[in-house]
Amino acid sequence: MKVLVPVKRVVDYNVKVRVKSDGTGVELSHVKMSMNPFDEIAVEEALRLKEAGIATEVVAVSIGPAQASETLRTALAMGADRGILVKTDATVEPLAVAKILKAVIAEEAPRLVILGKQAIDDDANQTGQMLAALLGWGQGTFASKVVIDGDAVLVTREIDGGAQTVRLALPAIVTTDLRLNEPRYASLPNIMKAKKKPIDEKSPDGYGVDVAPRLKVLTTAEPAGRKAGVKVGSVSELVAKLKDEAGVI
Amino acid sequence: MQTYQPPLRDMRFVLHELHGSDTLKDMKGCEDITPDLIDAVLEEAGKLVTEVLAPLNPVGDAEGCKYENGVVRTPTGFKDAYKTYVEGGWNGIACDPEWGGQGLPASVTKFIEEMMCSANLSFGLYPGLTHGAYQAIVSHAPQELKERFLPKMVEGIWSGTMCLTEPHCGTDLGLLRTKAEPQGDGSYKITGSKIFISAGEHDLTENIIHLVLARLPNAPKGVKGISLFLVPKFLPKEDGTPGPRNGVLCTGIEHKMGLNGSATCQLSLDEATGWLVGEPHKGMRAMFTMMNSERLSVGTQGLGVGEAAYQSAVAYAKERLQGRALTGAKYPDKPADPIIVHPDVRRSLMTMRAYNEGCRALSGWVARNLDLMERSNDPEERQNAEDFTALMTPIVKALFTDLGFTNASMGVQVYGGHGYIRDHGVEQYVRDARIAMIYEGTNGVQALDLVGRKLPAHMGRYLRSFFHPVLAYIDSKLDDENLGPLVGPLGKAFGALQLATGHIAEKGLKDPDEAGAAATDYLRLFGLVALGYMWVRMADVAFQKRAEANGEAAFYEAKIATARFYIDRLLPEVAGLWGSIKAGKAAMMALDDAAF
Repeated sequence: MKVLVPVKRVVDYNVKVRVKSDGTGVELSHVKMSMNPFDEIAVEEALRLKEAGIATEVVAVSIGPAQASETLRTALAMGADRGILVKTDATVEPLAVAKILKAVIAEEAPRLVILGKQAIDDDANQTGQMLAALLGWGQGTFASKVVIDGDAVLVTREIDGGAQTVRLALPAIVTTDLRLNEPRYASLPNIMKAKKKPIDEKSPDGYGVDVAPRLKVLTTAEPAGRKAGVKVGSVSELVAKLKDEAGVI
Repeated sequence: MQTYQPPLRDMRFVLHELHGSDTLKDMKGCEDITPDLIDAVLEEAGKLVTEVLAPLNPVGDAEGCKYENGVVRTPTGFKDAYKTYVEGGWNGIACDPEWGGQGLPASVTKFIEEMMCSANLSFGLYPGLTHGAYQAIVSHAPQELKERFLPKMVEGIWSGTMCLTEPHCGTDLGLLRTKAEPQGDGSYKITGSKIFISAGEHDLTENIIHLVLARLPNAPKGVKGISLFLVPKFLPKEDGTPGPRNGVLCTGIEHKMGLNGSATCQLSLDEATGWLVGEPHKGMRAMFTMMNSERLSVGTQGLGVGEAAYQSAVAYAKERLQGRALTGAKYPDKPADPIIVHPDVRRSLMTMRAYNEGCRALSGWVARNLDLMERSNDPEERQNAEDFTALMTPIVKALFTDLGFTNASMGVQVYGGHGYIRDHGVEQYVRDARIAMIYEGTNGVQALDLVGRKLPAHMGRYLRSFFHPVLAYIDSKLDDENLGPLVGPLGKAFGALQLATGHIAEKGLKDPDEAGAAATDYLRLFGLVALGYMWVRMADVAFQKRAEANGEAAFYEAKIATARFYIDRLLPEVAGLWGSIKAGKAAMMALDDAAF
């Protein structure tokens, strides 16, 4: 069984993000970029399936600028078998990503696609769902456990108020949540080997996908600074304020 | 709070921009070592040290190692961290692929070593010792021993030690008493006691391979009668797995000033089975293969701790609000300004930064020569690199560890009273850094090595490997518009180094005490000039790059500003050192022993 893992290059989670002075977005030049942490979990899950003898090949795909090949190398260093870079310098919205992935899937014919539930840059949480809809496949989102059962996959989902297990016929889409697994560190020998693993380069045009944005960003602004608080003199004053002013009790 | 992120940008600067990494792939065994591979390796190593090793640094300090009935337990978490480290293949990073290593050049591995020292010095000692033992075995042991022991040591499931010191013999190994009796089957029975053995006993690996200095029967007295033996904790069975327990027992561990997570053991050898490594009576030579590389590594420890202290100090200086800037409030919206506005705090931070980045650059230069020495195809280049490495080894060891301790202490100063209490973790750096000035040959011994061995070797040939390129560089840049103000003072300091060298050569020849009295000041003078040279060269690169730096101009501007700080504020120490050297031994040696 082939498993496809889409991975996104995003601002590293340690970076303190700054808004560009003209408000068109956040500053991305010379900030540290890494693989979206949810996608790392996706790569890890695919690798575990391979180690369990269930998956036969793990293919990582990334859509983005030339530097996204570094993100693919990270996936290859973790243990993925090969990479596909769909190269574009444009801003690619979730719908366009889903369309490109659909085209990649048509070529690669994976039985399972595992991707992060959302990317930590725009937090859209849409790509997996859109992709499932475009393909007409079942979707198991926010997965905290994935078990392959013959021609189906059992996905335990994190939902409000607990967990829900769904059974999906393969092929299917799974999006990962934090508790699914703890991604491995790439081993040194695998980092060295990753250099020799192939990365195919493709383009959105080649797949016939128009990536032009459907949404318009009006402005990007820092959240308002925290206002100074007040000191209350007693517990009863606090309770009164919570009741009358804040209206929370 | 202990704060550490690997200084990857600065490492890339040193590796790629200052010393040029594109030529690495021309060296033997480095065909695949391209800049992007190096970056990927450094990045992943950085992840491992910050996420796995750094959190255990305060834990190891607070808990220390536990000794009970011959068994040593490392602090909570060390075992799991070691497993992660070994499974990632990092233990063999610098080892020969023939024995299962990755064969990466020192130019790359030195930075990973530095990161480990910054994140958790105590932890780093365990694999560090294994690597030292690996080198002695690779260079001197017979093939059969190599095949039996090296693959598991490279993998990291067995570890190594160096057993030199005995209760009555530290610096003077000629006094060594441990005995080795030949058994007629190629093995020896070794008996004696050893102390201060780092990683001598622990629970991280299934076997521990000791390299032990001992005397054969009828061996000549002094250092010329010492041989080196390989003594495993468990004797390997035919299938290579650990077999019966050998007669080497841990009888206790030391309670130390710092480095608490590292087990410093007393070992008792009672007819322990061992095998000879290298030739009889030539143990010191074999041991020195290991010691020279260990000395460079100890220098890296100084740099590593210094960097962690710097980052922790910067974090605090930016958040601690106290008082107002001398020139008026800089952050009027806050109840007070962060202390980073104060010139004296800046003095500390800039000093730490200038020392650290200077040492990193010099470390990169020495590492490049380590690679050339082993991997260049040109015999002349190999020889020159060997000369340079021999010359710089005592300087790197002593200067880096002196500065590392200075930096750790300055870090505490920036924290004020909060640095002196344990909770903030920065006093640990002071205690941990202190040992690096002592072990692997005290810094006083390093200075004697420089003055007594390295300067006179081959009629001063080693010096040429440093003096010639520095002199040529200074001459070529004197009229440079940007660099002129930096090159002038460097030229003056270099002049003082030349004078001091001549002075010691002349006086020391007549009276060894004169050389001894000048040695420590001379080593520091030499080291500060070497850092000065690195700083001017870094500024040189920064001036060239800042124009086309799109978005990174701030990095290069900071380099240039730090270069100016070093040249203007730190390099002048050279004049004082030269003054002390000139004064000679008279006042130092004047008192009778009884007058103390």
